[in-house]
Amino acid sequence: MKIAARFYIAAILAFLYLPILVMMAMGFNESPLYELPFSFSTRWYQALAGNAPLVNSGINSIWIAVATSIIATVLGTMASVALSRRTFRGKTLLQLMLLPPIAIPWLITGTAMLVFFFYSGIGRGLHALLIGHVALAIPYVVLVVGTGFQTVRADLEEAAMSLGSTPVHAFFSITLPLLYPSILGAALFAFAVSLDQFVISYFLATPGFSTLPVQIYSAIRKGFTPEINAISTILLVGSMAVIVIFALFAKPGGVSDKR
Amino acid sequence: MTNVEVRSIAKNYGSVPVLTDISTDFTQGSFTSLLGPSGSGKTTLLRIIAGFIIPDQGNVAIGGNDVTRMPVWARNIGMVFQSYALFPHMTVNENVAFGLARRGIKGEESRKQVERALELVRLPGFGDRKPKQLSGGQQQRVALARAIVTKPSVLLLDEPLSALDRRLRQEMQVELIRIQKESGLTTIFVTHDQEEALTLSDKVAILDRGRIVQIGAPTEVYERPKTRFAAEFLGDTNFLTGTVVAGGIRLANGSTVAVDAPLPATGSEATVAVRPEKIVIRDVARGGKDTDRSNRVSATISSSVYAGTALTYEAAFDGLSFKIFAQNSDARPHSVGDVVELTWSPLHTVPLEAAA
Repeated sequence: MKIAARFYIAAILAFLYLPILVMMAMGFNESPLYELPFSFSTRWYQALAGNAPLVNSGINSIWIAVATSIIATVLGTMASVALSRRTFRGKTLLQLMLLPPIAIPWLITGTAMLVFFFYSGIGRGLHALLIGHVALAIPYVVLVVGTGFQTVRADLEEAAMSLGSTPVHAFFSITLPLLYPSILGAALFAFAVSLDQFVISYFLATPGFSTLPVQIYSAIRKGFTPEINAISTILLVGSMAVIVIFALFAKPGGVSDKR
Repeated sequence: MTNVEVRSIAKNYGSVPVLTDISTDFTQGSFTSLLGPSGSGKTTLLRIIAGFIIPDQGNVAIGGNDVTRMPVWARNIGMVFQSYALFPHMTVNENVAFGLARRGIKGEESRKQVERALELVRLPGFGDRKPKQLSGGQQQRVALARAIVTKPSVLLLDEPLSALDRRLRQEMQVELIRIQKESGLTTIFVTHDQEEALTLSDKVAILDRGRIVQIGAPTEVYERPKTRFAAEFLGDTNFLTGTVVAGGIRLANGSTVAVDAPLPATGSEATVAVRPEKIVIRDVARGGKDTDRSNRVSATISSSVYAGTALTYEAAFDGLSFKIFAQNSDARPHSVGDVVELTWSPLHTVPLEAAA
């Protein structure tokens, strides 16, 4: 039984990480046609340095993901406060309306956004991409932070107020520190939603401005080169580092104990 | 001296009245229980005094100042919540110092006051622990220390002992009285436990459906309940209904029960209450000693529950059932079917107001 369980876990990890490891290894392989035997080389990283469209789109991707993460986390957390702590007309409807965007295929959302942005004069480009990504990420943030709110009892804020805290002070000194792990998780989620995003980015990108997934897609149509492996590796190592740093500081689940 | 004063408080939730015309005073340094079943409005009244709820009508004054429109954080109250509501991300010291910091007390002065408060609740040396490292009773004490360290104008307790087990609760009751007397804080305590209210309070206010039906010292509300509700809620009671005659009431079977208290007009209907422990059972067959209690009815024991130190009997007479508490001091307990005489004093026969 134990052996079977271990094998099962090993299989999951293998299927998840082996392709990624192969992809990373091939970025360091001399052959442009992914041929074996493996011979170590950094030529694709050197070539990448000269490939302005790919590098620029990678930088774009990161900036958009960071901006999306910050904007969506702030807005989504604010929405979550209202949905968790206040009662108002139409609250249940609003809560329900947050869920379909997660379930609707991105292709449909993307098409709808493209049409809407075209007719409303928003158009395409960086600003359109940012609006699209934020809109897409907010439901995830509301969901994650909302779950976190359930572990922060409302009477904690009341206790703070009975001790002399204004509602704002109570929120920042009590609720926010307890929500911190959830908010951090939500921010990571929003970052990933944006960085991963292809369909909407593809629709809203302009020839002069695109994100990495869009650029990789157009590059692949012209033919694979290990430069793609190189930039993917850089991005992967970068985001893994961010996640590890967050995980070390946030101690997921360690701060907000339910008592 | 009056410290907290509520005047003509009313509160509705939608069209449902939760509190109706509540007026009462809380004397400086007194311990008052708000006692009532769930839905009686006791917690709403406490939260109105705290400032979490604004009443639809009426005023709240603390220390002579009208605070009806003043938010919670400006009222200088201390409150202990049912769930304690300790801040889980802070140590015990940080929890207790929270209110002090809001009042600008920091550093050495804060540290000294926190230490003194923790000594008062008998938790010295626990300052560096997190709430989840403490037992329920210890968390309770920290919550109390946090509420009193700021020297609030009034201490509000929202069923703080209900989450503790029986033994710990009794221990905390004793502690609570000690801490309240030592701190001298005007204390308002919400509970649905009548025994707790009687044990702890200088005054008990009984609430029923949004009204205070009776307020007074524990002995007063227990011995002289004004209404059927007050009598029933504060423990077991036997009720007798009859027609008022001179000096008592005549029951349906023709026997007269003497009442040593003012009664409504002769000829009208009245109900009296008799506590089960006031009744003495005289065994007719065994010729027990007579007493000077002038109310007597003969009855038949219909059930007997043995509980070690005491016994609870039920005795039937003329279609009525009487409950009697007796100390386990008789040579032989009465058994079911015994014909007995129940006697009690007219002083313990309490006329009740007609139901509202």
